[in-house]
Amino acid sequence: MKLPRTGASQAIALGMIFLINWMVSPQFFDLRLQDGRLFGSFIDVLNRGAPVALLSLGMVLVIATRGIDLSVGAVMAICGAIAASLADSYPLPVVLAASLGAGVLCGLWNGFLVAILGIQPIVATLILMVAGRGVAQLITEGRIVTFSSPDLAWFGGGSVLGLPSPIALVLATLALTVLVVRRTALGLLIEATGGNPRASALAGVNTRLVILTVYAWSGLCGALAGIVAAADIHGADANNAGLWLELDAILAVVIGGTSLFGGRFSLVLAVVGALIIQAMNTGILLSGFPPELNLVVKAVVVMAVLLAQSKRLAGLNRLFRRSHP
Amino acid sequence: MNPSVHRVMPVFATAAVFLIGFLVCSLAYPNFASMRVVMNLLTDNAFLGIVAVGMTFVIISGGIDLSVGSVIGFTTVFVALAIERWGLSPPAAFVTVLILSALFGATMGATIEYFDLPPFIVTLAGMFLARGASFLLSTESVPISAEFYSHLADIAIALPGGARFTVPAMIMVAVVIIGAVLLHFTRFGANVYALGGSRAATALMGVNVTRTTVLIYTLSGLLAGLSGIVFSLYTSSGYSLSAVGVELDAIAAVVIGGTLLSGGYGFVFGTFLGVLIQGLIQTYISFDGSLSSWWAKIATGLLLFGFIAFQQIMLKLARRPRHRAAGAIHA
Repeated sequence: MKLPRTGASQAIALGMIFLINWMVSPQFFDLRLQDGRLFGSFIDVLNRGAPVALLSLGMVLVIATRGIDLSVGAVMAICGAIAASLADSYPLPVVLAASLGAGVLCGLWNGFLVAILGIQPIVATLILMVAGRGVAQLITEGRIVTFSSPDLAWFGGGSVLGLPSPIALVLATLALTVLVVRRTALGLLIEATGGNPRASALAGVNTRLVILTVYAWSGLCGALAGIVAAADIHGADANNAGLWLELDAILAVVIGGTSLFGGRFSLVLAVVGALIIQAMNTGILLSGFPPELNLVVKAVVVMAVLLAQSKRLAGLNRLFRRSHP
Repeated sequence: MNPSVHRVMPVFATAAVFLIGFLVCSLAYPNFASMRVVMNLLTDNAFLGIVAVGMTFVIISGGIDLSVGSVIGFTTVFVALAIERWGLSPPAAFVTVLILSALFGATMGATIEYFDLPPFIVTLAGMFLARGASFLLSTESVPISAEFYSHLADIAIALPGGARFTVPAMIMVAVVIIGAVLLHFTRFGANVYALGGSRAATALMGVNVTRTTVLIYTLSGLLAGLSGIVFSLYTSSGYSLSAVGVELDAIAAVVIGGTLLSGGYGFVFGTFLGVLIQGLIQTYISFDGSLSSWWAKIATGLLLFGFIAFQQIMLKLARRPRHRAAGAIHA
């Protein structure tokens, strides 16, 4: 079996898209340093891809347990709304704690439905996807809440060693996730739970706890993405924040080679998947095609990746090779 | 409990929720309990009811169709452009778009079946594709000024109390009845249930699984197209951003209607009640005037949770008596 961790095809795809972007817009790789922060189209791709990259870091673990989290967009809206409405009256640590805490709570709710009540993940997270946006609008009272706190705004427009802070945040979250998941047995337990939940439970894996943990983590990542999105526009728009981003996050994970049937996963490739999506979006804009083409291109990419992963197609391929040695 | 009564319990529960909800609304607003409100409930939710019937088939067979909202959006734009710009007559435009949407559904069904892919992700790609295609057709709202449309809007059966049984409502009621007959009284319907119960067993029984799956998604696509036509009748325009998120409302209606999301169990009539309950929430909010529309989302979410929790409990209860009965024989 081919491991999804190799990542050669994803790297080639990303490289090709960057190359095409560079051909349609020769300034694509131009970088300039301004006020101690890097600017340029290339940085822009990384920066704009940050929310989806953050979401995909949570989503990949959920999918590895054979689950799915449709609520992350709504969680983004809730946590962004909380952060934006508290930002001007409370110190930053309180704001972050409230927002991230709400994200974890949302994740635990999903995890409770899936792990304890045994509801299918699509359905369980659908509840929060439908209700969550209503909750977010309740927090903002249906308005677009703006804030002026520079502390919170740093998460959208600040920089760390020249890197825009959303990119730094993605790198930090990626490093933390890799550390926690791959340097402990957690990653193995997640893969075991996704590969065969029953066998894992019989082998002594506390599958309920594993599932609860990955959904909580996905909620936390949703909160981080929500904070970045709110900081970016200096406000929270409960209607549109994170709208349909759950689909992009799922797409990023699938492009990253993690199977929707659970089991093996790759954190780095999920982030690469998010970058591929954003690089395509930017490429379409740069080349002057209407942005409406984005969805069609996305659909074609999903189908191509799925067909490449399909066992049936692999079977046909093998047959073909056998008959033509 | 009698097994056949046990079987329709969830639909009774849904009916009870609807009746209690209607009673509460009527007590709060004296004008509520009128023929007019009921007929408006049917007209305003006609497009959702039509698409939810298709979704019922898909979900009972163990699948899911996320593309329907986008197909509705595409249909409205296509119909509007076909009539206003390309000079097609409305009936010709309707037939063309119904064929297109049915083919679209069939393609998704075939992809799911032949490549053994999860329906969730295939229909997700379908959702992107249909929405993208409607954006490419037109990003602006296209008004439909054909006489046919205003004429259709005038046709209605007048009922006492100023109520009107409109064309969209008639189409929805017809779809619900035909859908119920198709699901509950034909071989195709039996195959749909069998597929949701166990795919492998269904194949072993000699049912053509491929054909059934393709037909189910074709039906869902066709009904999404019909729903789009009704939507364009309702708004007299085509807009690429219309019906965003309707797939979720349809799934919610199916679940509230008592259909098991893991497949194998459900009723078309339950779905119809599920649609009416969602409409009831919207109507209550518009009667109240001070409540904001986001309460509708929260209420729908709570109902969803209630019904899913109810299903889990029913499933556990359904498994329990058998063990007891087995024990009783030994004693």
